[in-house]
Amino acid sequence: MKTLVWVEHDGGAIKDATLSAVTAAAKLGEVHLLVAGKGVGGVAEAAAKIAGVGKVHVADDAAFDHALAENVAPLVVELMGSHDAFVAPATSNAKNIAPRVAALLDVMQISDILSIESADTFTRPTYAGNAIATVQSSDAKKVITVRTTAFDKAARDGGSGTVEAVASTGDKGLSRFVGAEISKSERPELTSAKVIVSGGRALQNGENFKTIIEPLADKLGAAVGASRAAVDAGYVPNDYQVGQTGKIVAPEVYIAIGISGAIQHLAGMKDSKTIIAINKDEDAPIFQIADIGLVADLFKAVPELTGKI
Amino acid sequence: MKILVPVKRVIDYNVKPRVKADGTGVDLSNVKMSMNPFDEIAVEEAIRLKEKGVASEIVAVSIGPAKAQETLRTALAMGADRAILIQTDDEVEPLGVAKLLAKVADEEAPGLVILGKQAIDDDSNQTGQMLAALLGWGQGTFASKVEVDGDTVNVTREVDGGLETVALNTPAIVTTDLRLNEPRYASLPNIMKAKSKPLATKAPADYGVDVAPRLKTLSVAEPPKRVAGAKVADVDELVAKLKALGVVA
Repeated sequence: MKTLVWVEHDGGAIKDATLSAVTAAAKLGEVHLLVAGKGVGGVAEAAAKIAGVGKVHVADDAAFDHALAENVAPLVVELMGSHDAFVAPATSNAKNIAPRVAALLDVMQISDILSIESADTFTRPTYAGNAIATVQSSDAKKVITVRTTAFDKAARDGGSGTVEAVASTGDKGLSRFVGAEISKSERPELTSAKVIVSGGRALQNGENFKTIIEPLADKLGAAVGASRAAVDAGYVPNDYQVGQTGKIVAPEVYIAIGISGAIQHLAGMKDSKTIIAINKDEDAPIFQIADIGLVADLFKAVPELTGKI
Repeated sequence: MKILVPVKRVIDYNVKPRVKADGTGVDLSNVKMSMNPFDEIAVEEAIRLKEKGVASEIVAVSIGPAKAQETLRTALAMGADRAILIQTDDEVEPLGVAKLLAKVADEEAPGLVILGKQAIDDDSNQTGQMLAALLGWGQGTFASKVEVDGDTVNVTREVDGGLETVALNTPAIVTTDLRLNEPRYASLPNIMKAKSKPLATKAPADYGVDVAPRLKTLSVAEPPKRVAGAKVADVDELVAKLKALGVVA
């Protein structure tokens, strides 16, 4: 089986999510990559070095800048003439593009897979991760998005893929990129961080997030996350949100501070290796899944903790 | 312009789903069902566009069992003008739903179709994108802001690193994210009024679409259970645990 893997990049660096998708794709067969964008020669060179990669298809054209689904999907469909599966990490870009590809190929997408049981059988979470379904696809070609926390990352080097340019399928003229507001952060990226410090509604305001959560995160070299309540209340930007509808994370250590533990939040972090909860309500649902719990007022306990490490 | 809003009847988001002992699925008998939360946001956005004078008519559509009528009545009570139920007791996958909706869009010729970004039962996050592909329209997924400006719709999208804005030619597809708006509650008088708004019932066969599933669910299992660990008495004990984990030197 020949797989085509979507390379998630920011124009310069390849995102870790891609490496997890490569591991998943390798279980299905020969791994080819697709690098689409404008001025992505360097990304393609880096992609060719990923362990286990065969061909790297490069589509360098202004039409693919910002990964507009209307332009990228026809490109993928073209390449799927010679591939059996399209595998993409479940990033916001890929979740935007892959279903469009699937419909153009007249196949059902298999979203957010957790494991590959065989060439046509996969497991995936449903109901906010409260049920794991094993599904078998009858489609000739597969379109798959991968839960990146469920697959190890392929090594960034050791590979010797060949880079091959593919002809652009052009700008379909349906959509146009206007602008972006990307949050700037010196901290590790949430989805690939080893330690995450996450805050909830109990922080009360954005200022407390800065003075209580962030110093602890900085001491631990951790990424900062948040519950939906904290995002909705405007304490932090939306891309901090961990949960069913935000980011899915599985760090070594997840420290939930002032987070009650609604099922939608747990859906995004319950595969973390060790969960630590600090909450003053000893009946908070978060304590039912936490490995280590501290019942305490976060305004006292967290600064004390930060001071002692 | 006319706006089409697909809505889905799903398990209420507050209910903790229980997996059936025989592993065939999730037990939905005697469980509270509601409109998918993202679809409520879609209905709300359509109504706001009507209140601004951008939209002329809002058509809500649902695909599912007879009881999905309740979901459509909720949309009508919020402010949709009429509804279409494509009634079937079979489970229809996103691809099948997108094909049916494409037919409805052909008939109704809306300027916008606003869908939720995902249904909280199957968590697929596919239908809107698939519909856009089938119709050959632009798509503004995970929308946190929608502005219609003549023949263009500007959609601000929630993406991994922050926000991104795209401009789409209409007709177009928009899928809603949580922060697009705060859906209104239907008032009692509006719930009463909704009972007399038109609701057409159709069948998948009326649209000549093959909705046979492509994915076969072999089994449904509970995820591995986490066991609650120990509580620590104070911060010092927590620091010791963090040291044991190697997080702190």
